[in-house]
Amino acid sequence: MPAPASIRQVRPCVWELPIGVRPGMRVPVRVFASEKLLQEMDDKVFEQAANVATLPGIVDASLCMPDAHWGYGFPIGGVAAMDARSGVISPGGIGFDINCGMRLVRTGLAWPEVQPKLRALVDELAERVPAGVGRRGFVSIGRDEFRDVLCEGARWAVARGYGVAEDLARTEAGGCFAGADPECVSERAVERGYRQLGTLGSGNHYLEIQVLHPDGVYDAQLAKAFELDFPEQVVVMFHCGSRGFGHQVASDYLEDFLSVMPTKFGLPVIDRELACAPFDSPEGRSYYAAMCCAANMSFANRQVILHRIREVFSDVFGRSPEQLGIRQVYDVAHNTAKLEDHGEGPARRRLLVHRKGATRAFPPGHPELPPEYRLTGQPVILGGSMETGSYVLAGLSSGAEAFFSTAHGSGRTMSRTRARKLVRGSELQEQMARRGILVRSASWRGLAEEAGFAYKSVDEVAAATEEAGLSRRVAHLVPVGNVKG
Amino acid sequence: MTVAPDFEFVEGATSDLSFVARGDTPEEALAAAAEALLAATVEDPASVREELSRCIDLAARDLDLLLLRFLNELVYLRDAEDLLLRARRLRVAALPEGPRLHAELVGERWCAGRHVPGAEVKAATVHALALRPVAGRWEARATLDV
Repeated sequence: MPAPASIRQVRPCVWELPIGVRPGMRVPVRVFASEKLLQEMDDKVFEQAANVATLPGIVDASLCMPDAHWGYGFPIGGVAAMDARSGVISPGGIGFDINCGMRLVRTGLAWPEVQPKLRALVDELAERVPAGVGRRGFVSIGRDEFRDVLCEGARWAVARGYGVAEDLARTEAGGCFAGADPECVSERAVERGYRQLGTLGSGNHYLEIQVLHPDGVYDAQLAKAFELDFPEQVVVMFHCGSRGFGHQVASDYLEDFLSVMPTKFGLPVIDRELACAPFDSPEGRSYYAAMCCAANMSFANRQVILHRIREVFSDVFGRSPEQLGIRQVYDVAHNTAKLEDHGEGPARRRLLVHRKGATRAFPPGHPELPPEYRLTGQPVILGGSMETGSYVLAGLSSGAEAFFSTAHGSGRTMSRTRARKLVRGSELQEQMARRGILVRSASWRGLAEEAGFAYKSVDEVAAATEEAGLSRRVAHLVPVGNVKG
Repeated sequence: MTVAPDFEFVEGATSDLSFVARGDTPEEALAAAAEALLAATVEDPASVREELSRCIDLAARDLDLLLLRFLNELVYLRDAEDLLLRARRLRVAALPEGPRLHAELVGERWCAGRHVPGAEVKAATVHALALRPVAGRWEARATLDV
């Protein structure tokens, strides 16, 4: 699909659609992409990014990351920073799966040691980390304690023995968004969520065992700082979010916002998925507090899953997680809105940064980073398709023009329906096994839908983030075992 | 009233599942939409037995949002109560404040081993959402977030 004729190149991997390509734009659209990725983007990306540019309070530009593709209201891979006083908050700018995110765990194990036990590991992980429709979480709590989870996030999990303090230090926001208020969450959301803690989900969510080959190291110094530090090292990466709970929060508020936008706030509804409310309004504040609850549920979910991963490795290898060198590298969200301060001196401003399918990528020296990453920049986890591998990147100071944001994955290029017509799940599993990737999936259909050919090239996306100055490549990780929802 | 499922999954959102469901009346189109959701959730919808029933009453500002609420109610009942449901007796009433739906849902609880998992639908969305007459029949269009 060709990009709009009015798009112009600003510099390599940076493109701009000027104000005026659609009525009401307050800022231009800026797209970070190689020419190839730009041409591969569906035309809805540009239309949606231009719609986002009309939202009240948006500053600088409506941004698209290199993996941008069509989403609900906002494109996935979209970033929009709103002035915290005059801007809006939009569920469509965050995504239904609030705080969907990535966690990377390093081990002290090398591939030759893991290879003979790979099947046992993958089978055990598939058994003990519930995935797919109809599965309940392994953490048994009631509704009241679930509300504690919503307030405390991953801290709740670590306080109950599901992890160690270092995990929290190596999680965005310490694994807990301030400002959560369970009173702003519906009973239906709680009812959906309280038995889902410790579940992977389905769709594009996965848990993957990966290997760092020597030729996958792009920056040895940064890799070492991220404890990706020896040849053929085995790591575990997983991707999941706030499950049905987060979706219910988003659905509840989307309907609420639609009913008050034109009447109470005089805001036009240009796309129902772009429903929004002023951040500084009772409705906007209430959604933010509920969104923080969902973000915290998601951090807790990934935390208890990490605990299960430690248990499984420990059982299979007969050694403690400490003896196996299992340590979290980082956990980072890619579906959130966060209050952040950006700019220097008098230009410094408080912004509500919506990142939907976009990863926060703080630069070296940022005060919110833990001491071990203060000099390196924030680790960024870029999940590729289950066939092509993933990347670890690091934040850069040049990312300021994107409010320190970068890509989150490779981005789909075709619908699930089409992917399913092109390959059967069982056939794909055999193909991948022949290439040395062992897959366990809760659903054959879901497996087919996640075939590598349905995604853009993650190599191209990672390279584009670097050329655009959003993040730097540190390491490429190759899948050997995958548990899919 | 037993409605033969009349729906198809269509090209739509890249990340999710879009469908069109049809019927001679709004009620039949809604019932077919419920079948589409069920077919997205389990590989073989025929494996879902009719062992229990539920009645629901929903209201909305317009027919599109009524379809949204209906689908999201089914998603909620699956997530919160493990229920796999299809719609049997439906009645849509046009009231001054908007349409109302009364429906009897029939089905059973999720049974691991007998039900083969499909996609875990997390929400119906308002994208391209429509419940309206098309060429003499009624069409329900929706996109399911998976």
